[in-house]
Amino acid sequence: MVCPPLYTGRDASACRRPAMGDWRAGNMPESETRIITRYNSEPRMTSPTPLEPSFSIAKMSAESHFCNEDNVEQCITYIDQELITLGFPSLQTISKNGVGRRLHVVSIMNCINELLQRHSRDLRRREDAEMELLKVNSDLEHLHNSHSKLKDQLDLTKRENAALLERERQQQCKNHSLLQLLKSEKEEVQKLQNIITSRSSQHNHNLKKKEREYNKLKERLYQLVMDKRDKKISIDVLNYIGRADGKRMAWRTSRTDAKNEEEMYKVLLGDYEQRQKQLMLENAELKKVLQQMKKEMISVLSPQKPKAKEKLEDSLGPALSDGEDDAADSSKDHVIELSCEAVREQLVNSIRRQWRILKCHVEKLDHQASQVRVASPDRKGLISKEEHEKELELLKQEILSCEETIKNQQHLLQQQVAASDDDTSSLLQDCYLLEDQERLQQEWKLFSEQKKNFEKERRNFTEAAIRLGHERKMFEEDRALWLKHQFLNMTLFTDRRSSEHCQPRSALDPDEESPSSQSKSPQNNLHPFADVTRSAGKSLPATPAARQLLHRHRSPRTNLNGNNL
Amino acid sequence: MRASIMNFSEVFKLSNQLCKFSPNGKYLASCVQYRLVIRDVNTLQILQLYTCLDQIQHVGWSADSMFILCAMYKRGIVQVWSLEQPDWHCKIDEGSAGLVSSCWSPDGRHILNTTEFHLRITLWSLSAKSVSYIKYPKACQKGMAFTSNGQHMALAERRDCKDYISIFVCNDWRLLRHFETDTQDLTGIDWAPNGCVLAVWDTCLEYKVLLYSLDGRLLSSYSAYEWSLGIKSVAWSPSSQFLTIGSYDEKVRILNHVTWKPIKELVHAATISNTKTMVYREVDKCQSVEPSQLTFPPPRGTPSSLFTVHSKYELVEGPVTLRTIKPDTDRANPELGIGMLAFSPDNRYLATKNDNMPCCVWIWDIQKMRLSVVLEQTSPVRTFHWDPVQPRLAICTGNSKVYLWSPTSCVSVQVPVEGTFNVLSLAWHPLGEDSLLLMSKDHLCICYLETEEDH
Repeated sequence: MVCPPLYTGRDASACRRPAMGDWRAGNMPESETRIITRYNSEPRMTSPTPLEPSFSIAKMSAESHFCNEDNVEQCITYIDQELITLGFPSLQTISKNGVGRRLHVVSIMNCINELLQRHSRDLRRREDAEMELLKVNSDLEHLHNSHSKLKDQLDLTKRENAALLERERQQQCKNHSLLQLLKSEKEEVQKLQNIITSRSSQHNHNLKKKEREYNKLKERLYQLVMDKRDKKISIDVLNYIGRADGKRMAWRTSRTDAKNEEEMYKVLLGDYEQRQKQLMLENAELKKVLQQMKKEMISVLSPQKPKAKEKLEDSLGPALSDGEDDAADSSKDHVIELSCEAVREQLVNSIRRQWRILKCHVEKLDHQASQVRVASPDRKGLISKEEHEKELELLKQEILSCEETIKNQQHLLQQQVAASDDDTSSLLQDCYLLEDQERLQQEWKLFSEQKKNFEKERRNFTEAAIRLGHERKMFEEDRALWLKHQFLNMTLFTDRRSSEHCQPRSALDPDEESPSSQSKSPQNNLHPFADVTRSAGKSLPATPAARQLLHRHRSPRTNLNGNNL
Repeated sequence: MRASIMNFSEVFKLSNQLCKFSPNGKYLASCVQYRLVIRDVNTLQILQLYTCLDQIQHVGWSADSMFILCAMYKRGIVQVWSLEQPDWHCKIDEGSAGLVSSCWSPDGRHILNTTEFHLRITLWSLSAKSVSYIKYPKACQKGMAFTSNGQHMALAERRDCKDYISIFVCNDWRLLRHFETDTQDLTGIDWAPNGCVLAVWDTCLEYKVLLYSLDGRLLSSYSAYEWSLGIKSVAWSPSSQFLTIGSYDEKVRILNHVTWKPIKELVHAATISNTKTMVYREVDKCQSVEPSQLTFPPPRGTPSSLFTVHSKYELVEGPVTLRTIKPDTDRANPELGIGMLAFSPDNRYLATKNDNMPCCVWIWDIQKMRLSVVLEQTSPVRTFHWDPVQPRLAICTGNSKVYLWSPTSCVSVQVPVEGTFNVLSLAWHPLGEDSLLLMSKDHLCICYLETEEDH
C-alpha cells in the first residue's frame, strides 16, 4: 500500500538517471565511473544512519519485504516514530472515542508527497554534487598534471642552476688561475726586465772594458804608426797652390780664437735675426688676420645682436671695453709696430669676447635649426615612413570628410531641386520678415501713440502755463485794482473793510494771498500732467520751489520722447 | 700628364759606380779601373785623362771644382789632380796607418784622411806644407759634418768611453768648441742647413736625438720611446725648419725648430685607405722598344733618340695593401723601419722608404702633413734622389728602368741601350739642368729630360 509509490518514485529517478547520465556513461572511461560510484558510496559510509532505512528498503525490495501481513502494525508504529523524529506529523490519529489509533490517510499522503519531493530534491542535489565532483576531479587531474610539469621544470631549472653554478665556479677558478698567471707573468716580465737591465749594464761594462783595451791598443798602434822613422807618411806635391780666396794663411795668434768666436756668434746672430724676422712677419700676418677677423665679427654681430653685445660689454665693464676698442683702432693703423703686451692682451680679449658672442649666436642658431628640423621632419629630403603614413592617413580622412560634405551638399541640392520650393523658402523668409514688420509696426504705433500723448500733454501744459499767465495777469490786475482801491479808500475805513471781505469772492479760483495762491496753483495746474507721471505728481511738495521742479521734470521727459520716437 | 722627351746619352764605361758631377756642374768625373776621366757635361767629350797608381776606390771634387781626389784605400794613397794644370800632381801616402776614407775640406785646399781603426784624421794642406792630426775620431755612421757655408766642421770623438763633439773652424782649423754629449754610443751628427744647429743621434739601441747650438749649448733632447730599436735615419729639411727622424718602428717623426717637439708622426701603414692618397703601382707590360728604333751610338740632338714616354704606373683605387716582407728579427740590423729620408728642395715633399716595404716609396706632403703618393715598384728600391731645383724625384730599383715622379706626373722609363743596363744608382746634375746620371755596374749614361712646354 505504501511501498508502490515509493518504487515508482525510485523508478522515475532511475529512469531519469540514464537520461542525465548519458554523456557520463558515453564519455567517461571505466575508471572514472568507478570513481564516481566510489565517491557516491562515500557519504553512505560517513553518514549511514539517516539513509539506512531507504537502503534497507531497497535491499528488502530486492530480497524480502519490510512489511508483511504480520507486522503491519509494528511497521506502522515504526514508520510513525521514524517520521515523527524526522519532524513529520504523526500518521496515526487517535480515534474519536479516544481509545484506538488509526491511520490518518491525509497525513500519510502528505508525508509521502513530502518524502517524494525530498527524494527528488536529493537526487537532483546528488547529481549536482556528482557534476561538481567530476569538475573537481578534472581540475584535480589538471592540477596534478601541471604540478608534475612544474615539478619537472623545477628539477630542470635546479639542474641548470647547478650547472651554471658549477660553470661559474669553474670560471672563477679559471679567472683565479689566469690572475695567478698574469701575476706570475708580470713577475716574469719584471724579472726579465731586471735581467735585461743587468745584462745591459754588464754588457756596457764589458763593452767599456773592451773599448779601454781597444783604446790602449789604438794608442799603441798610433805610437807605432806615428813613428817618425816611417817615411812613408808623406805628401808629394808638385808645388803648393794658393788658397781659394787668394789670401795667405793667417798666423795663429791669440786674436784668431777671438776672431773665430766672433765669427761664430755672427753666424748665430744672423740666424737668430733671420728667424726673428720670419717670426715678426708671421706675427704681423697673424695679427692682420686677427684684426680682420675681429672686424668681420663685429660687422656680423653688431646689426644682429647689438643688445647682447651691449649686455656683455656691460658685464665686462664699459670703460674697459671702450679702452680696448680705442686701442684696437689705434693698433689697426700700425699693427706691426705695436707688439707690446698691452695691445696684444686687449686684442686677444676683444677677439675672445666677440668669439663668445658669435659662439652664443651660433649655438642659438643651431638650437633653432634643430627645432625647425624637429618640426619639419624632411631633413635631408627624407620623410620617415611612420610620419609619411600618418600624413597619408590624415589626408585620407580629410578626403573622406570632404566627400561627405560634398555628398551632403549634393543631397541638399537635390532635395531643393526635387521639391522645387524655392518660393516657399523665400515666402517663409518673407513670413519672418512680415512678422517682424508687423511687430515693428505695432511698436511704431505704440510709440506714435505715446508721442501723441506726450504731445497732448505738452499742449495741455503750455495751455495751463498760458492760463496761469493769464490768471496771474488777472491777479496782478486785481491786486493793482485792490491796492488802488485801498489807496483810494485809505481814509475810508469802512470801505476798506468791506472791500476786504469782498476780495476773496472776486478772486475765487486764484489765490487771494500770494503765498497761498502760489502753493495752491501748481497743484491745480499739475492735474492733467500728473496723470501721466503720477509718481512725480504725487511726490510734488506744495512749496514755492515746485515750479522749478516742474521744469526739471520736463526736460527728461522730452528726452524720453525723443528717444522713443 | 705632360708629355716629356727624354734623351739618353751614349753609354760609357765605369767601374765601382765612381762617377760624379763637379760642383759647378761643368764636368763629369768617372773612373775606369785606375783611370780618371774628366768629361764636359754638355758634350761628354773627354777633357782630361789621369792615370792613378791603382784601382780608384773613391773620387771627390773640391768645392771649387778645380781639383779632384782619387783615393786608393788598399794602398793608403790619395792622388789629387788639377783640372787647370794637368801636369800638376799631388800624392798623399798615409803609410802604415792605412786609409779608410778621404774627403775635401770645404775650402778645397785641405784633405781629411781617416786612417784605419780611426786612429786619427790627417789633415793635409795643399796650400802650405803643413799637416795636422786629429786624434780619437769616432768610428760611426756619420762622424764628420761640415756646415753648408763651409765655415765649421763638427767631429764626433770617443775618449775614455765617452762621446765628444769638437767643432772646428775650417778657415784655420782651430778648435772652437769641445763638449761631451749625453749619448751611449753616438752614431751620427748632422748640421742644419743654416749651420747653427747640430743634430746628434744615438745608437739604434737607444732612441735619442740631441740638438746642440753652434756654440755648444744643448738646445733640446728628444726620445720617442725606450727599449726597442730606435733611430735609423735622420734628415734636415732644406729650410732647417724640420728635423725628420726615421726609426725602426716604421714611423717618421717631424720635430719643429722652435720647440724641438714632434709635430707629426708619419705612420707607414701597410694598408692605405685614405682616398686622398694616390697609390701608383708599377705594372710590367710586355712593351719592348723595337731595336730598329735604336741607333747606337745615338747622335745627340737628333730626333732618332727621342722616345715617347709610356707610363707603366697604374693608379690603384680603393684601400690598397702594400707588399711587406717579414724582417728577420734574429739578425742584426733587421730590414725594418725607415731607412731613407729625403726632402724635396722646396721643402714641400718628403720621400721616405720603409725597409720592410722595400718596393715602396712614400711621398708626403709636408704642407698638409699627410701622405700624398705611394709608388709601389716591382722590385726593391735601391735609391732615390730629388732634383736639386724642383720637386722631382728619381728612383732606381736595380733594373733597366728609371722612375720619375713629379706632382703632376709619374713615369717609368726604360733605359734604351744595347745590352743590360741595370740602374744601380743615380745622381742629378748639381744645378738641376734636367740631366740625370745613371750608373750601372760597369756603365754610365746620362738622361736628359726636356719638358715640352704646353703650346
